[in-house]
This record gives sequence, C-alpha cells and structure tokens, in this order.
Amino acid sequence: MAILYGQITTNKPMAAISSTGNSRIVEYRLMIDIEKNRPIILDRRVHANLRRKNKRWRGTVVEIHLRGNYAQAMPKVLEYLKQTAMVNPYANITFVDPRGRLYKFDRTVDKMPPPPKEINPHPHGVDVETIQRIIRSTTENNMLGFMQRHFHRVGEKTAKDFLKYAGIPEKKDPKSLRPEEIVSLVQKMKEYDGFLPPESDCLSPLGEDLLRAGVLKELEPEFVAVHQRKPSAYSGHPFIVEVAIAYGGKVPAKDDILLYRFANKIPLVYDESGDVCWKIVRSINWRRYKISPSMPFAVIIHVCSTKIPYKTLGKEILADQLEVSREILNGIREVARQLSRYLSRKERVKRQVRRLTIFSRYLPKIAQFSAELAGRKDPPNINKLYKRKQVFKDFVTSDEYMDSEVFDSHLYNVVFVHIRNKHEENPAAVRVLGLINSKWKVLIPESALTSGSEIYETLRGEYEAIKVQAKSLKPDMESLLDAYVDGLSE
Amino acid sequence: MPNKKGIKSLTDIKSLVLKKLEEMGERFCREVDQGRFPMIRMRSRSTDNIFYSQQHRQYILGDKTVTRSSRNIAHLRPFTQMVWTAYFVHELLRQRKTSTLRDVYYSAQAYDIFFKDQSESDNIITDLETAIEHPRESFNVFPEERSAVFGDLTIQYTVPGYENRRMNLSSHPDGVMIGPALTDARFIKTTADKVIVIEKGAMFTRFVEERVYEKFNSILIYTAGQAPRSTRYFIRRLNQELGLPVYIFSDADPWGMHIAMVIISGSANAAHLRELTTPDAKWAGVWASDIINYKLPSEKLNDRDLKRLRELKNDPRYEDEHWQKQIDIFMKIKRKCELEAFSRYGLTHIVDKYLPERLKELGA
Repeated sequence: MAILYGQITTNKPMAAISSTGNSRIVEYRLMIDIEKNRPIILDRRVHANLRRKNKRWRGTVVEIHLRGNYAQAMPKVLEYLKQTAMVNPYANITFVDPRGRLYKFDRTVDKMPPPPKEINPHPHGVDVETIQRIIRSTTENNMLGFMQRHFHRVGEKTAKDFLKYAGIPEKKDPKSLRPEEIVSLVQKMKEYDGFLPPESDCLSPLGEDLLRAGVLKELEPEFVAVHQRKPSAYSGHPFIVEVAIAYGGKVPAKDDILLYRFANKIPLVYDESGDVCWKIVRSINWRRYKISPSMPFAVIIHVCSTKIPYKTLGKEILADQLEVSREILNGIREVARQLSRYLSRKERVKRQVRRLTIFSRYLPKIAQFSAELAGRKDPPNINKLYKRKQVFKDFVTSDEYMDSEVFDSHLYNVVFVHIRNKHEENPAAVRVLGLINSKWKVLIPESALTSGSEIYETLRGEYEAIKVQAKSLKPDMESLLDAYVDGLSE
Repeated sequence: MPNKKGIKSLTDIKSLVLKKLEEMGERFCREVDQGRFPMIRMRSRSTDNIFYSQQHRQYILGDKTVTRSSRNIAHLRPFTQMVWTAYFVHELLRQRKTSTLRDVYYSAQAYDIFFKDQSESDNIITDLETAIEHPRESFNVFPEERSAVFGDLTIQYTVPGYENRRMNLSSHPDGVMIGPALTDARFIKTTADKVIVIEKGAMFTRFVEERVYEKFNSILIYTAGQAPRSTRYFIRRLNQELGLPVYIFSDADPWGMHIAMVIISGSANAAHLRELTTPDAKWAGVWASDIINYKLPSEKLNDRDLKRLRELKNDPRYEDEHWQKQIDIFMKIKRKCELEAFSRYGLTHIVDKYLPERLKELGA
C-alpha cells in the first residue's frame, strides 16, 4: 500500500535490501505493474555479506519515496512505528525520517512467536466454491474420509456425528454430490455446533510473554497484565484475542482511557471512536475494578485472525462481530481484574508501610514518657513489640547469592520485608528465607528487582529468624541494595 | 476555717493526681517490658453515654467504656499524645507550675509531639481528665479566660514564691482575678454569709461601687459571660468549704438562664467531672416574670432565642417547676432584657430595690 502510494505520487521505484545473515545481501529496485498487480524489477544486485566482528549483517531495509505533508503526519508516523515496535518486541526497527532524524526501536527479546502453520479450512468457514474446489482435487472416495482429510479439527467421531446430523451417508462418494447437495452441505456445516473450535497454530498471535515484553518496552509501565483468550471462531474464521493493560510508570494520565488496537500485529491508528474496541472499553464499568478513566493506564487489544472483521475497506476499524467482541470484552475484564488486584495489593502495602511508620514513630515516645512518668531512668525496651533492622546497607551484589544480616523474628508474628535496588541501571535477584525448625526455607522465591524498584512483602507465621539473599541478576553487573526487616507482635 | 463537707483539701487532690499519673506510667512501662502493647480504658464521652443524674444533679457518664490501645494504629497517635500530656502535667505538678490549654498545645512541639490544632490538644487533655477522673485544674492546666472576685475573704497562697502570704479579696476595687494562684489558695476567713455571682462586668462594678458586699454581707463574683471552669470550681469551693449560699444574677434570656444553669448543674461537656458544679446555687434573676413585675425595658426574642428556649424546655436540668415556669413566661411574652435594664429607674435601683426584694424572696 505504501509502495503503491509512493509510486502514484512520485513515480519513483522503491528499494529493498535484505539478508538472512548468510554470505549474500540482495538489493532490488522495483515498481508495481498496477494492472497486473505484479512487480517490475528495475535492478537486482547481490552484494557480499562480509563478517564484521564475527557477525554478518541481517535484516531488511526498505526505502520509499512518497509525497505527503510530513510536518502534519509526523506524530502519526512515529506513533505507528512505536506501536509496531510494541507488538514486534523481537524486531529492531530503525527509521530515518525526511528530516534526516534517526529513530530507533530496539528489540528486548530474541524469541519470535512460532510461525503460523498451514491448515485445512474449518467447516464453519467454507463456502460452496471452496467445497467444489476440494471435491475436484480429492482422492477420498467416501464422505467419512473426505470430512476428516480436508477439514480442520474433524476426526472420525466428529465426521460421523456431523454426517449423521447432515443426513449424508458415510460411504457416499464426495464426487457424486449434486450441486444442490453441496449447497445443503455447506449450510449444514455452518449450522452444526459439534465442531471443535479452530486451533491457534494457524494463527500467529504474539503470546502473553512477547506481548508483555512489547508493552513493557514501549510504554514502560509500572504494572502490566496480559491475557490471551482461547482460540475461537466467527463464521468459520479462527481468531485469537490478546489483551494487555498497562498501568503507571510512563503511561500518561489522560482524561480518557488510552487505547491501542492491533490487527495481526498491525497498529490501527485512525478512527478510534468508530472501532468496536472503543465501544467495548467505554462500556466497561471501570469503577468495579477500582480504576478510574483518569488514572494513567492503557488498554492494548490485539486481534489475530485469518480474516479480521474490518468494518470498512480502509481496514482501520473493527466491526462489532459478536464472537470477537465477546472475546475482547472478556479479555479486558481479565486484565482489569489483574490490575485491580495489583492496585489493592499496592494499597495494602502502602497501608502497611504507613502502619509501621506510625509504630516506629510513636512507640519509642510512649516508652520514653511512660518512663519519665514512672520516674524510671531508662525507657522500657519496645523491641518486644516492634523492631526494625536494616539487614542490607549499601550492599553490592555479586554473581552468587549472599546472605544479609539475620533478623531474629521469634517474638513477632508479622514480619515485613522491604528491599530496594538503589543501582542506577543493574537489576538484582533477591529472595527471602525463614528459619523454621532450624532449617532455612525460602519464603519469597527469587524475584527480579530492577533498578530503582522496591519489594514490600508481609510475612505472617512463626519464624525463628528471617534473612534476605541477593545476587546480581546478570553476570558481572553488580547492583546496590538496601533491605529492612520490621517485626511486629500483634 | 472549718471544712464543712469533709471534702479533700487541694494539696491532697494534687498528690492523688500525681500518684495516679505515676501509676499510669509504671503500668505502661511494665506492659512494654512484658511485650504487651500498653492500653488504657476510660469512660466513653460519646453522646449516647451521657446521662443526667438526679442524684448528682448534673450530667454524668454511663458505664460504657472505650479502650485506647497502642496496638491499634488509629489510637497510636492520640495515645502517644496522652502519655506525653500526662508526662507534661506531671512535670507541672512536680515543679508547681501552671499552664493553659494554649500553652500545652505549643509546649508539645518542644518534645516533638505534634498536635494539628489546639482543639486536638484540648481533646487529649479532656481524655486525660476522663482517665485520671480529675479536672485539668487539678493538674495545673487552667483556662485562658479570667473572671474576678471581690469581697471580705482572706486567702492564703500556696503557689511557689507566695507560700503562706495572705490577702483579703476586698483589697482591690476592680476585684481579684480568679487565676491559678487564687484557685489553689487556701480560704482563711470571711465575714460574708453569701455569694453573689454576676454575669456582666458593668453590674459587678456597680455592685462594688454600691457596697453590696457590705450591705448584703456578700462575696461578689464576676463570670464574664459563661463562667470559666476555674470560676465554677471556685464558686463550688466557696459553697462547699465555707458553706455559703450562692445567688446568680444573669440576663433575662435563654443564654443568661443557661449561664446560671451551668454553674449549678454543669455542662454535658464536663460530664466526666464531678467537682465543677454547685447544685445548691440559686438562679436569682433576672427572671422572665421580672420583666413584667418590674416593668423592665425589653427586646423581642429572636428565632435563635426561641429555638434555644425550646431546647432548654426539654433539657433534664431544667425540669424543676420554677425553671419550667420561667421558660413558659419567656415563650408567652416573647421578650428578653439585660441586667442593665434596671438602670432605666436610676443607677442604684437594682441595688436599692430589686436585690433586697429578691434575696428576701429566696430566703436569704
């Protein structure tokens, strides 16, 4: 589309340079034969792909000339690239704009989603034309085998059940089906609800891990929840909905909800308000999740399908397709619940921190003034009620787990652990152990602690002692930690 | 001087308060030592626990109690404030110094104890009164307001620097301020046989000028509007320790009536305290009926006055027949007047005519 637009506005060829990392780099200059919808190759060159630092170049460069108002379009262009980077976190994207400025979107993962597999059509999605084509080429001579061989997710049992439902004998030769029988077969296929839904391997969704990585990379939120819905189908077209919600961090707080829409990893940047996603997002009662639209959060919706239910030819907005809309709605609900849980937890932690601050501020004073009242020389020791100990102070991590100071916790039934990574860049790995029956047991399993972030955790139960362990998350990248343990007897 | 009703002497009360405060501190220390969060139980001062007691003729607190615990995060701050306040007043008592509510509020900052405003610190002091079961005057925290007394009463100071020094309260014509020193003074001797309490400054001055203290053998007290607690405490002492009857003169309106009533029966706010009322004191005027009988110049009652009258009508302190009758007359004539209204008939009219008639009527 972009190449076509460039050609009709400037009549200049596009250039594509590519290599898969082997010894050759191929360069093409081409235009499009608009009538035949075929490329006209103007120039083709092969370059040697030389090793540099033991690596060969791999990637694709595309150069297009097109006429447009860049000053006006710039925000949308950059937004488009940013969003593309969000759903392609395994790609390095470089863009040199008409003003000669370089924009880079670096990959954060080096794993790609598995490529889609070719599959047979799902019985719900075929039309008469398709059936006729299959019949012409099939080698099956009975309907039972025909159904199993040519349709997705149809096994022997399903095929039998369906043929019984459709009133077609199992032994019937598909080539003997009359045209009106074919029409009836297609009708029955659409009606029958015993087919299993299509499998997702014919689609190329991102998967929860990659979607999370993409959102973390481009939006830099404090919290992200992702959810991939089970594969489903509408009118025989399989689809998968993937939803994410990003909260806090660098996600801007707007007056309204920030929405990112994607179809098959393509950002949809125009006509947001006409999109069914927008309608669904607006229909949700966010207050139920303790979320208000003015909070800094973004909803990310990715619809992946063999046929995206676009509303218009422009392929910018999704239509209200019942099955798809339902999956989008349920997907958003799931991630909203996760965000809600996160916010509640955060609120609980905040309350707990406040609680402990209050104890640490007031208990010593109560002890001091009670002692003065009683005419005692020294205030009573409040450590039986509440104690705070710094177990890591400016601790520099190494590649192996190292112990913090031990906190004697046998007096307290609530212990509060607070670990902070003070390093400017490097992440750390930390875990918390408790001594029970003279054995150290992991209470908080290994958690990554990125630069500048903190862990607060409340531990309830009877432990003789508590300690923190920390190491560098990545080899030779030491980080700097502080850790506190508070004990409270309640 | 004979101690008429066997009440505790001031020094006894103060040493009792000191002891209670010290016991509180010891208990908290012991609890911390044993790994328990200190807590204190006191009577609840919420409105559903304030009852009028016929027996005590004042509001009292019911049996409901509240617990302040240092384990409860919501209580921790007020609990700490209270422990500090206990410490602070203990120091006051020990060093025989006095302070005021406002002074306590500011003093806290020196100890890194924070009150967000004075009403918070006032409230904590009230908590301490409730817990210790003694008014703040017993732990040397006095109100800011000052009222005055004049009459033939010889007192002996107990405050540091003035110990055993004596003074006659008729020695200064403006009256002597009822402050901490006078509140704690010992009563030595008097020739007076009654106490006359006056709400208004102008009338108090007139009574002094017209030698009411001589003509009627009385001690005069000026309340400056609603009587401060130290003044109520002082009136109670005159009544209880010296056995002097008390007559109260205030404006003829619901507010004036209530000034008299608070001296007699106390306020709901002080339901936790027992040493501030003078149940035998008498409201001597100006009555609603006096407006008619003495043809006093009067003003119309406004809506606020009428609303207040309706409240008083249902107030258990006002159930006595005489009070009810006066409220009914107010409501009927819908007029009010001030003590100064007597001046219409000449400056000395109130002293020459009204006062003797009224005192006679009340059997003085």
